[in-house]
Amino acid sequence: MSQDNSAPRPAADPAADGPARGRGVLMACCWLWVGLPFGYGLYELGLKLKQLFTG
Amino acid sequence: MASLVPDVLARSRSVAPPGWSRWLVPPAALAIHLAIGQAYAWSVFKPPLEDSLDLSGTASALPFQLAIVMLGLSAAFGGTLVERNGPRWAMCVSAVCFSSGFLISALGAATGAYWLVVLGYGFVGGIGLGIGYISPVSTLIKWFPDRPGMATGIAIMGFGGGALIASPWSSQLLSAFGTGTGGIARTFLVMGVVYALFMTLGVLLVRVPPEGWEPPGSRPGRPAASGALMTTAQVSARNALRTPQFWCLWVVLCMNVTAGIGILEKAAPMIRDFFSGTSTPVGVTAAAGFVSLLSLANMLGRFVWSSTSDLVGRKNIYRLYLGVGALLYLAIASLGDSSKPLFIVCAAVILSFYGGGFATVPAYLKDLFGTYQVGAIHGRLLTAWSTAGVLGPLIVNAVADARESAGHTGTDLYTTSFYIMISLLVVGFVANELVRPVHSRYHEPPAAPPGDGPGLAAARGTDTEGTPR
Repeated sequence: MSQDNSAPRPAADPAADGPARGRGVLMACCWLWVGLPFGYGLYELGLKLKQLFTG
Repeated sequence: MASLVPDVLARSRSVAPPGWSRWLVPPAALAIHLAIGQAYAWSVFKPPLEDSLDLSGTASALPFQLAIVMLGLSAAFGGTLVERNGPRWAMCVSAVCFSSGFLISALGAATGAYWLVVLGYGFVGGIGLGIGYISPVSTLIKWFPDRPGMATGIAIMGFGGGALIASPWSSQLLSAFGTGTGGIARTFLVMGVVYALFMTLGVLLVRVPPEGWEPPGSRPGRPAASGALMTTAQVSARNALRTPQFWCLWVVLCMNVTAGIGILEKAAPMIRDFFSGTSTPVGVTAAAGFVSLLSLANMLGRFVWSSTSDLVGRKNIYRLYLGVGALLYLAIASLGDSSKPLFIVCAAVILSFYGGGFATVPAYLKDLFGTYQVGAIHGRLLTAWSTAGVLGPLIVNAVADARESAGHTGTDLYTTSFYIMISLLVVGFVANELVRPVHSRYHEPPAAPPGDGPGLAAARGTDTEGTPR
């Protein structure tokens, strides 16, 4: 544990210093990280939803 | 004073560097909310737990019930800590508690000690739910002052989406590992590890905006707020509880959630009972499809209606949720079993209003109380959710049971509940109409101009991170 410095200091982040392309890759990866499981959930929901009209 | 927060998790270490895109913050929020939304899929574990540990239905519901109670308590009491220590600390606490809850439950299932499942999933995991639920809210609002409804709508939609992922995934894990104690333990273990990894993205990715940051295209120094209820002043969580506006919103949220739960709680038996006397009765599989449709409406409502509130205003959107919601309930109650499509559409729209009510309330709080401690205020407001979670099912089940005992069937089982829900929505509508701008006596002292000393922080009696001195 250490002291919480009150003066804000920017986080050291390679993405911030890298080119815009690096940030674009980071953006795509992050959205895919959450988007893929969400897509899986929606797909499974779609399968169940069909039962409303066919069941 | 030495802080208990590790330096790497401190708010000061998560300030965004120049050029950081605010569109990286919603995935950080979703990494938390998509995980903790698993709570709504607990029912998948009930039958295997009941069979393998010889539990009653009431006993197998205990971990979920305790988790929801802990969600409300930790959101209410932990909100100030979340504001003080920042979103990275909060997301880390949430990830550790939520995934530890699964690991403790795995140990409980493996050893046949059910109390460990209750303690792990319910108590420890429940703290992760509450802290995780409020962790990204104030950060999102600060990054998206121009579209706070849309930003919180994305995150809170994730909470609804979490169950969509967890329900089929945990079923598939149980199928693979088996539904005995060993299989349940392995399922809990895998879920704990995967959720810990998944939530880590949120911890690593979340950033708070630098002091004075404004969204692209906004005019410096010009307040984003322009509506009648919107304020550029700041109200502390302690003061917010003393305002009538907080309690009006508490009633609004409680009534809106109660009305939604009224349908959600008994959706499958309700649609079957409703049309049992018609020429086209609803089968078990179609009823399951109806429940899925309501889940979709609930989830989409969180994003669509909350985003719409940025355009039409928070008060107006709650007029829609509560006023049109009451009319839709009236339509269902009046039309009875005469039209199945109409019943389905009305129920789906009511559920979209239910989701929208959850997602819009952080932005409503921001309009009224500012961004200073909006996360903590939101945490306290979630006690309305806990209350509604008891009220809604209680009303619908008690009325349906009483009507059934009296020999009624079909639509008669639910009509009285629907009229009660209409009354509750009218109460919520009136409470929403009573919401006025917060009186200036509750406002924090204004910040001094830059370079003029500690300003607002000094006036508040806090350090520059908001930590009380």
